[in-house]
Amino acid sequence: MQEMVNIYLFGKKYSVPAELTIMCAMEYAGYQLVRGCGCRNGFCGACATIYRIKGQQELHSCLACQTKVENDMYIATLPFFPLVKQVYDIETVKPTEQIMMQLYPEIYACVGCNACTKACTQELNVMQYIAYAQRGEYEKCAEESFDCVMCGVCSSRCPAGISHPQVAMLARRLNGKYLAPKTAHLEERVQEIKNGTFEELLENLMQKPISEMKELYNNREIEK
Amino acid sequence: MYTNEKMLESIKKVEANRAANAVMEPVRMTAEEKEEVLATYHPDYIQSEFEVLQIGPNKGEKVPKELAAILQANSRINPADIDLTKVDYDVDVLVIGGGGAGTSAAIEADNNGAKVMIVTKLRMGDANTMMAEGGIQAADKPNDSPAIHYVDAFGGGHFAAKPELLYKLVNEAPDAIQWLNNLGVEFDKAPDGTMITTHGGGTSRKRMHAAKDYSGAEIMRTLRDEVLNRNIPVVDFTAAIELILDENGKAAGAVLMNMETKELLIARAKTVVIATGGAGRMHYQGFPTSNHYGATADGLVLGYRAGAKLLYADTLQYHPTGAAYPQQIFGALVTEKVRSLGAKLVNVNGEVFMHPLETRDVCASSVIRECRRGNGVPTEQGEGIWLDTPMIELKNGEGTIEKRIPAMMRMFGKYGIDIRKEPILIYPTLHYQNGGLDITADGQTTNIENLYVAGEAVGGIHGRNRLMGNSLLDIIVFGRNAGKNASAKSKDVEVGELTLSHVDNFAKEMADAGIETDVVSPKLLPNYTNQKSI
Repeated sequence: MQEMVNIYLFGKKYSVPAELTIMCAMEYAGYQLVRGCGCRNGFCGACATIYRIKGQQELHSCLACQTKVENDMYIATLPFFPLVKQVYDIETVKPTEQIMMQLYPEIYACVGCNACTKACTQELNVMQYIAYAQRGEYEKCAEESFDCVMCGVCSSRCPAGISHPQVAMLARRLNGKYLAPKTAHLEERVQEIKNGTFEELLENLMQKPISEMKELYNNREIEK
Repeated sequence: MYTNEKMLESIKKVEANRAANAVMEPVRMTAEEKEEVLATYHPDYIQSEFEVLQIGPNKGEKVPKELAAILQANSRINPADIDLTKVDYDVDVLVIGGGGAGTSAAIEADNNGAKVMIVTKLRMGDANTMMAEGGIQAADKPNDSPAIHYVDAFGGGHFAAKPELLYKLVNEAPDAIQWLNNLGVEFDKAPDGTMITTHGGGTSRKRMHAAKDYSGAEIMRTLRDEVLNRNIPVVDFTAAIELILDENGKAAGAVLMNMETKELLIARAKTVVIATGGAGRMHYQGFPTSNHYGATADGLVLGYRAGAKLLYADTLQYHPTGAAYPQQIFGALVTEKVRSLGAKLVNVNGEVFMHPLETRDVCASSVIRECRRGNGVPTEQGEGIWLDTPMIELKNGEGTIEKRIPAMMRMFGKYGIDIRKEPILIYPTLHYQNGGLDITADGQTTNIENLYVAGEAVGGIHGRNRLMGNSLLDIIVFGRNAGKNASAKSKDVEVGELTLSHVDNFAKEMADAGIETDVVSPKLLPNYTNQKSI
């Protein structure tokens, strides 16, 4: 006999197999999901969910596709959270401290409660990356926030109204575009292609009979 | 956590052989050996799983049964009920799909000064792009060239790619990387700026660029942020359910449906870009899938009903390493980067049975063969083969896994498996739609004017198999290409009177061919209601 557990979806009780994820348990119970379901693999942040185990005080947050059900789990999904996303021109912004003050001044109102970090579904140190952002240390902010799936649970818990994922997004783009070292070999290759360096070679390949292409492919040298 | 005794027993054998297995260099298969394993074990070769199309532009050709059922199906609308004079959205370029290809197209169309709009049935970024882990290919190192990239991809795709499309893919690859980098995508780089690149299955040079193992997610969230910065309108939770043509048979918009309220809306456009992605959620041949929730081949259905041709719709990619255990992540992608970094495939007896970096189709077939030979590890869903992840740190030093494949470490860590210390179980999973709508190098379909296609919905860029890292590349190269060309073309387009007569004609063709079915399409979402697992 299969092990079953009782869960409460938006307060209503269902009995579901114990090995299911919250997402599959909702489907098992009969939900046809439209909201709150995306990649089903922990990358897209669509299925942010909060839950509490009956009799316990602590409120948990998770991704529904990545979390197994437990007995007496009270579940509410958070398929959308109104994050504030400021609009900017990536070509004209500069990676200075001022840009955060200008676009996301609320980060300086952080009270240090650490609720964001406790709520993070990816177990990131959210408060720490906000601290880096405050100081204009975008490389560190980018690294610390890299695994963020932008589910928004951190922001739902923030008394200062910070939209952490958007702050981190800006920091990563600033880092990727302006702070990370430039790639000389890439720039050279792009220039070579603009000069048409490979056109004749490629056109030759395109016209070769399949038998010759097979010969080339099967005997090509493979870098160790 | 592994608790099954058979698994634990087998792990001991894997551990005992690890040091020796890690240093050995398995021989690669000859061309003949590859052909044999494919013909005998690859799902594409199982004739009984395919059906011949009776109507439409590819009449007489075979496609997977499940695809035939939605291609030769009923429309979600009755054209007589639709008032095409009541236009809700009127734009230059309509982009259907909000993944990597759709957003790239929209950004370039916006650059070109066109009025562009994205419609997407879920949220922008709910796409396979978001889930691509391993990386993106581009021949930008001194020992590499677009010509070498061409040979790798052409051979890997069984010499079936359309040469003019592959030319574009490889020759515009470095520019695609630079474009992304300039948008702020954080590629893995050495302190001097050199890209950290690795091999993928079937590559002859290390040209796989990555952003840890969140490569696609990093690209997708950056493109999404850029679309929002440009205030490009995004109509989300809204699916395109039919294309609209004009009286001259040119693409001129789409009938849209709000996924929540079911309200129908009319979008008129001078050019249309189909960027609807793949088909993993069709679960061909009952395979699990690594794809996102909305991967149901919608674009193929929309295009086919309007008369667009398909190319290679009979070929799918089964990624050799889907998670086979635990069942909560059954079918989820285990990135090829795990093998790029040095993990090998090991059977139940602790033996390495193949080179881990053969092309995906060969690798998947070889895994299936190894299991059929009785060398698989039994699981609840079937069986699996070990992917010996601890080898990575044996080869590259401690800390490599956390730094280079953190998402994999997290995914298995949630179920008590530490991939730094324990191997993981894999089995092939439905991963990619090699075929799709047939296009020319400008991104336009071969037989419907003003209809463009980009991304996984295209057929012919890769041939009959795709190399790792060439899909993230194709969504960027062909997404941008479609956006540029569709917006340029829109400047000269005068849209004629809108019509859905092709929908009526298709229904008539079905009736004439004696096809009776209850199926309506596009499918839009899979139905997992009341089922136990994914």
